[in-house]
Amino acid sequence: MREVAIDPRGTWRTGISITGLVALVAALLWGIRVGAVPFSAYDIWNVFIAPASNEAYQIIYNIRVPRVLVGALTGINLALAGCILQGVLRNPLADPGIIGVSAGAGLAAMSVMILWPGLMALVPAAAFIGALLAAGIVFLLSWDRGIQPLRLILAGVALAAFFGGGMSALMVFHSDKVQGTVNWMAGGFQGRSWNHVQMILPYSLIGVLGAMLSYRYLNALQLGDEVAKGLGIRVEKARFFLVVLAALLAASAVSVAGLLGFVGLIIPHIARMLVGSDFEYLMPCAAVLGATIVVAADTVARTIFSPVEVPVGIFMAFLGAPFFIYLLRKGMQR
Amino acid sequence: MNHTIEAQSITLGYGSKVIIPKMDIVIDKPEIISIIGPNGSGKSTLLKALSRLLIPLSGCVLLDGRDIHTLPPREVAKIMAILPQTVHAPGDMTVYDLVAYGRMPYKKMFEKLDSDDQECMAAALKATGIRQMLHRRLDSLSGGERQRAWLAMALAQEPRLLLLDEPTTYLDIHHQLELMKLVCKLHQDMQITVIMVLHDLNHAARFSQRMIAVKDGLLFADGPVEEVFTVENLRALYGVETTIMTIEQGGSSHLVCFPHDSCLKQKA
Repeated sequence: MREVAIDPRGTWRTGISITGLVALVAALLWGIRVGAVPFSAYDIWNVFIAPASNEAYQIIYNIRVPRVLVGALTGINLALAGCILQGVLRNPLADPGIIGVSAGAGLAAMSVMILWPGLMALVPAAAFIGALLAAGIVFLLSWDRGIQPLRLILAGVALAAFFGGGMSALMVFHSDKVQGTVNWMAGGFQGRSWNHVQMILPYSLIGVLGAMLSYRYLNALQLGDEVAKGLGIRVEKARFFLVVLAALLAASAVSVAGLLGFVGLIIPHIARMLVGSDFEYLMPCAAVLGATIVVAADTVARTIFSPVEVPVGIFMAFLGAPFFIYLLRKGMQR
Repeated sequence: MNHTIEAQSITLGYGSKVIIPKMDIVIDKPEIISIIGPNGSGKSTLLKALSRLLIPLSGCVLLDGRDIHTLPPREVAKIMAILPQTVHAPGDMTVYDLVAYGRMPYKKMFEKLDSDDQECMAAALKATGIRQMLHRRLDSLSGGERQRAWLAMALAQEPRLLLLDEPTTYLDIHHQLELMKLVCKLHQDMQITVIMVLHDLNHAARFSQRMIAVKDGLLFADGPVEEVFTVENLRALYGVETTIMTIEQGGSSHLVCFPHDSCLKQKA
């Protein structure tokens, strides 16, 4: 039965993969080249071939490269977390915020920045712990012989409101110190270094590995709990591990990038419009797309009003939301 | 090999709400078995328990003598396939994708589909008559075609037991009939045991060998169609007066019922 094996979508998928990877490499190179001091491809080549402690090396190796890498890894993590959550919760509005990650990270980071400004260096760690704590509380609230998707969403919304109240309280009672927190809350990559790369990289690796291990479970869960159980999936167990994976991915992303919205929600939708809802193709596509878009957007955000840097979160919301609405309308006509 | 499902004094319900207080059933022959009964009688709940989707509050369901909930889920999936009443799948999924899921119980973590799997899928597609729709998207199929695609997924599991919950619900009479005939043919060709919840009594009477009638969570009647499908039983089950006749069609005969009057339930 040869005819069974040939899938007409193969060519399209290969094309998308190649285009995506080329776009990602281009975005990374572009991000390294442009800025207050522009460099040529030749300069970049030299930094890696013949490292010399000149100005070009300093800027490229210690500032630009870590920055684009943090951006790319953040994009990967948020996009994968969004894919997983939308699949597991079978809800198109699910994003890393829905499991309490953003609210937990926000409150923890803000507390450190406002109450203990001397410990500024601990902000990423605090955000990471806050994010995981919040996700843990949401898990506990939604637990009934396994994570119940609807309860998880409602618990997440409630917790986000509660922590949001905490953030507002901090802002009201310490209105003089709010200034320093605004940039972090908007999300961005200003001054990100190799330390940040080290912080997020392990989780990106876990995420990519987890995505490769779990795409079949995500696919089966799309068919509903009953069909998935009928196919021999341990639904509750699979759902638990997937949500934990998403929590780790999202928590590591917010710890280095701040509250970068949009990516986790919308990149999975764009990827779905491109390659369809099969997670075997959806997750790699979303990861590459997320990385490309975050890196490109960050590069634009820091150069467009140079020397003023626009936080990339703001920039992406302004460009991304209208683009998404355009895609939605186009998709609906089909 | 012949497989046996046995429900041993199962109590079924959701949370603290008991739907079926206590029931015993043995299914040990490759027959077509219909579960009938009025709305809310517990038919679907019973089917869910037999198909391990619902854990009994007490008692147990045995598959070949072993508790179905302690058996490895994948091993059960190689013996038993389930088609719930309402199913949903992403619209851009193709028939091929859907049927490929039926091979999941046979695949390890990174294992790709091999030629055995392809053959199995081809057989399932052929049996359900949708081979030419292989690369069609599910959202481009009609209700009847889509139901066939789901059935093909279940068949790709190479099950010996097929459990269907009201498989004809959203179909018109033409497609209802086609589906019932298909199920009947699958049973005959492959000696699969079919257990299904049916609302249409005439389909149940025509296509099954055994009928299980459930009323208010209790086993009301269980046996060959001719014994269960009687005017007295239908009156007691549904509170409806019927006439039951034998109809000759194309060389075979089967029972049909005509409901004509609802009657007050007689209380003893």
